Amino acid sequence: MPDPRCDYLPCGMVENGVESPTGQETQTLSEACSRQIVADAGIPVSDWVTVGDPDAAVDAARSIGLPAVVKLCGNTIAHKTERGLVYLSLTTENEVREAAIDLLAAARPEDGPVELLISTMVQGSRELIAGMVRNPQFGPCVMLGVGGVLAEAIADAAFRLAPLDRLDAHDLINDLGAQDLLGEFRGEPAVDRHALADILCLLGDLAADPDVTSVDLNPLIVVNGRAVAVDALVETSGDADPA
Amino acid sequence: MTRDLTPLFEPRGVVVTGVSSHPGKFGFVTLHNLLSCGYRGDVFAVGRGEDTILGQPVLASVDAVPDGAADLLVACTPVSANEGIIRSAAARGVRAVFVTAGGYAEAGPEGAEAEARLAALADKLDLVLAGPNGQGVTSPPVGLCAQIVAPFPPRGRIGVASQSGNFVSAFQNYAHQTGVGLSRSVSAGNAPTTGVADYLEWFADDPETDVGLCYIEGLDDGRDFFERIRSISPQMPVVVVKGGTTRGGQRAAASHTGSLATDDRVFDGMARQAGMVRTATIEEAFEAAATLATQPLPGGNGVLVLTTAGGWGVVTADAVTSHPDLALTALPADLLAAVDALLPPRWSRNNPVDLAGGETRDTIPELLDMVAGHPAVDSVVQLGLGIQGNTAALTRDGPFHPGYGLDRIVDFHERQERRYAEAAAAAATTHSKPVLVASELAVTQPNNPMVAAVRESGQLCYPSANRAVVALGHLTRYASWCRART
Repeated sequence: MPDPRCDYLPCGMVENGVESPTGQETQTLSEACSRQIVADAGIPVSDWVTVGDPDAAVDAARSIGLPAVVKLCGNTIAHKTERGLVYLSLTTENEVREAAIDLLAAARPEDGPVELLISTMVQGSRELIAGMVRNPQFGPCVMLGVGGVLAEAIADAAFRLAPLDRLDAHDLINDLGAQDLLGEFRGEPAVDRHALADILCLLGDLAADPDVTSVDLNPLIVVNGRAVAVDALVETSGDADPA
Repeated sequence: MTRDLTPLFEPRGVVVTGVSSHPGKFGFVTLHNLLSCGYRGDVFAVGRGEDTILGQPVLASVDAVPDGAADLLVACTPVSANEGIIRSAAARGVRAVFVTAGGYAEAGPEGAEAEARLAALADKLDLVLAGPNGQGVTSPPVGLCAQIVAPFPPRGRIGVASQSGNFVSAFQNYAHQTGVGLSRSVSAGNAPTTGVADYLEWFADDPETDVGLCYIEGLDDGRDFFERIRSISPQMPVVVVKGGTTRGGQRAAASHTGSLATDDRVFDGMARQAGMVRTATIEEAFEAAATLATQPLPGGNGVLVLTTAGGWGVVTADAVTSHPDLALTALPADLLAAVDALLPPRWSRNNPVDLAGGETRDTIPELLDMVAGHPAVDSVVQLGLGIQGNTAALTRDGPFHPGYGLDRIVDFHERQERRYAEAAAAAATTHSKPVLVASELAVTQPNNPMVAAVRESGQLCYPSANRAVVALGHLTRYASWCRART
């Protein structure tokens, strides 16, 4: 049985039996479900559509606008990038079609039912990571960090306990070491701290639902100063009793 | 609701159990300390084998304590004896117990059971239970030194609660060294019923305490700690040092207090959100607490650095500039003109205001007052004092003193140093702004008359400019947190 928040979506949830820090079994929702939950919460997410075949993928890319991203999305597919299931910067309808064909061909029997997720290719030179996690001692926390390929090495991240008020959210932004990254950068405007603070507060509010174990927005890309999630991963507690 | 800890910190009388004639045993040491530090309540020694110890009659049992004569029991007896003793003490009107013995939860499952029984007993008898496995409690305002170790700290405005007794001693030692004293101190021990947050909540309402200072290794309920400190912070700043921030430290902490460590970045964010002043080290924690206890809160982050000579000003300008919570104030034109009228022309004409060794017109007191009084300046760091006092010391100890007029110049130098230090304290009071004096002489020559006078003013003489800037950063950040939230 799919998560009730996702019952209007064709995808189900991924049951991967990950042990959360609080000791509960958790389930990872598909990217499409995760995006829907995050978008419903009011967090900016890049436009997306899920489709079943290459023709529909091309139609979707045409309506969303090129360049586009095409990913394989399915019940048990958690690590898309590692498996090469993400095609970025597709600039023509033909590229979209070929990507869709390749991706559907790459599906494995153990993936179960799959679909294609078409989204806008969001452009920006700055990436952030934000999320909500449940800490065994302090309960739900909101995290903000610097994203991108060097993120792990830089390890510039900070936390606040949820729920966050606006002062907490601004303090959290101020805690990042890379403040220069938040100012005007390579011809792009400064990061809109109020809009980013909104995202952090909304992430904290998602913790009010005890079934939401964690939320991971990785990355958020800064477009014209506004952070937009281009991937989302939501984990829920095991209580939902998957089919 | 805040638990009333008055019977622990201001007891009407104290009972010590486990007293013997062996001067190395905890019972003897505690009795000695209680009788030696000015406590004016009655002290009852309970032990065996002697009629009197330290001139004090030794009672064979707690039952012999007159009813209602003592609020506090300091149990220096072993685990097996304590439950019976506590029952008897409660029957004699005791309302708080400090248990020093180890062998409880930190020692394994059997000890954990004994600790659970101890906690249940305290709850049943409505007793404040401090410890077990702690080194005691002090309360300088009432001369109470109920601890198994030294020293007894001078009286001041800082309340200490620590999950490690050693750091209670460390803070007491710093209080001695600097003269910035403590109002209360307690080693929380295993803390099954009374934890660091309970002490801090009581300190927040305690008229003797202005600042809480705590050492934490782990928390049973981090969310509860957060909520409680966040509600204390607007009323009383809380300085925290967290041990066990690395895997190595976490292993040590687990074997030390059986406490659960946590992701350090989560703790750090929690501390900032709650308005806590978190420091990396014990000495930084003491200096932050001493600053909060002795300096006014600044109205903003603008720092003016005043120095008698160049190098100090340069490194301090670097430290202020690179501090995320501080800024080097641009010297306003009217202040520049006013300083110009006071100083010989070779001064820096900038912030740091550098006298360039040109202090020949005896202007430091006036200068301090002038810069501290300017609205663009939120706080002042004064450097380079103590030179004349150092010269005086060498001259006085040399072979020519007191001839050649050296007695008079020594007196002059020493008098001037005192004037400078007093002027710094007066500027802080007059303008209600932090004025921090920093000099390595605080450590290297603590008898320097400047250092002595800073100490007598009640303030901390910072052992380096960098440490003064770190402390000022904490003060400024806390002030900013309060302004935003109250």
